[in-house]
Amino acid sequence: MITFDDVVKVYPGGSTAVDHLSIELPTGKMTVLVGPSGCGKTTSLRMINRMVTPTSGRVLIDGQDVASQDEALLRRGIGYVIQHAGLFPHRTVLDNVATVPMLLGRTRREARKAALELLERVGLSEDFAKRYPAQLSGGQQQRVGVARALAADPPVMLMDEPFSAVDPVVREQLHREFLRLQQDLGKTIAMVTHDIDEAIKLGDMVAVFRQGGHLAQFGTPQQLLEEPADEFVAEFVGRDRGLRSLSFDTAAKVPVRPVAEAADLVLDDAGRPEGWRTVGGTTAATGGVFTVSDTLRLVTDLAISSPAGIAVRVGPDGKADGIVRHHDLVDYLAARREDRAAESRA
Amino acid sequence: MNFSYLLDPEHWDPDATGGFPQLLLAHLGYSALALLIGLVIALPVGLYIGHTGRGSFIAINAGNAGRALPTLGLLMLMVTLLGLGLLPVLIALTVLVVPPILTTTYAGMRALDHGVVDAAKGMGMRPWQVLTRVEFPMALPVIMSGIRSALLQVVATATVAAAVGLGGLGRLLIDGLSVNDYSRVLAGAIVVAVLAVALDLLLALTQRWIVSPGLSGRAVARTRRATTT
Repeated sequence: MITFDDVVKVYPGGSTAVDHLSIELPTGKMTVLVGPSGCGKTTSLRMINRMVTPTSGRVLIDGQDVASQDEALLRRGIGYVIQHAGLFPHRTVLDNVATVPMLLGRTRREARKAALELLERVGLSEDFAKRYPAQLSGGQQQRVGVARALAADPPVMLMDEPFSAVDPVVREQLHREFLRLQQDLGKTIAMVTHDIDEAIKLGDMVAVFRQGGHLAQFGTPQQLLEEPADEFVAEFVGRDRGLRSLSFDTAAKVPVRPVAEAADLVLDDAGRPEGWRTVGGTTAATGGVFTVSDTLRLVTDLAISSPAGIAVRVGPDGKADGIVRHHDLVDYLAARREDRAAESRA
Repeated sequence: MNFSYLLDPEHWDPDATGGFPQLLLAHLGYSALALLIGLVIALPVGLYIGHTGRGSFIAINAGNAGRALPTLGLLMLMVTLLGLGLLPVLIALTVLVVPPILTTTYAGMRALDHGVVDAAKGMGMRPWQVLTRVEFPMALPVIMSGIRSALLQVVATATVAAAVGLGGLGRLLIDGLSVNDYSRVLAGAIVVAVLAVALDLLLALTQRWIVSPGLSGRAVARTRRATTT
């Protein structure tokens, strides 16, 4: 657990970067610090590994004040990933990843062996080991950056806009891989981003900062979307937050009707959806189907976009096993909202 | 004017006093000694200023002031103050080599990617490790360019040693001029020029060897070749 205890940072000249911050980042979870530029999120992150010293207040890791620990030793125990990766250009990929284990006194052989395993873990083949950073794409560099931070298996990781320097397609891919990695590893992670979508997608907890280093809200992504603390948070999380909050529920509870009710649905011999019959007699593409483990957001999207106003559910075998009409969906969402309101009153 | 002095085998006899081998050796000696002293002074100072960011005005002003001093004038001043001998020559030549090494070392350190240095600190390197394992190797290509420029200058300028009675290839110029033997002057000029170019090549090879392929662009060129063929 990382604890900020009434932390203040005032820079010489009087500008306040962090204003009385008190939050707890839970162990084994990913906490995302998000906000507009100049809101103090990076300053706060850098206080955890003492790259920045607070003007007052304390930062603790598992109850231990970081200020009481040797700077270099503290940092070797905390993974550190930065924007553009910050790889050492004069060292090979393998030696970049082996840096912290070597600092911790392991032999070159051991460190390189561990580094090779980590490269594989972040999806880079052995061929990359002997390359230099200049020979890698931005996405590959960032993967090496993550592998380097993980090399000594630190319980805590700090990530400062780790995915902002790559294009959207690569970022998407890195997100997926990172979530999978975190599921295996369960590190206590603090990550900074200015991208609220990224924060909501990756964070178990999200801390929204506003200008002047104030914490506007700290909660789960769902709480931010559904119960924004104020106008600032509501605006920051965006206008389609209602739709986005549907990403947190699966389609498991959505009631379906029998497939036969969808008269225009074309099925193949095995009962798998093929498309929609159109007025002209041709078949239009299905536009997608959902399973019980997909999100409510996908179901909503399918119901709105399909020509028949119907989302088709399929079973594990790919056969259509139910349909959702969009008025059924609206009823379900209304009932869901009332249930939740009742829950929060109770 | 002709090449007769240069091509005369007698002047290439290693035992001949005033022959090329002995003059060359003395010339190399003055140059190397001055370069070494210059490195010992300029490199640590440049690295310190670059690493800490403190006293950058020293690097800039010392560089400019050093360049503005005429070496021959300084040499004469030193001889007046200290008398004849090796010391005044070494001082004058050291003052010549310090500015290019100091300014390029400082410039190389300042131009480093800030993110990389931040990562090095954030990963738990101590200041000394950041300097020796990250900053210095990364700045090395620029530092080497300063050392090479200092070497070229000192080899060309070490001829002034002859003006105050010492040896070196300057002897050929000074003595040749005094007896109107232009063939000898030409021979001295050619040998100095060839020596400077040869030493620069030697340093270029050293640079290839000590600078990481990740920095020199050779590694990138290698992948480009591998992927295009």
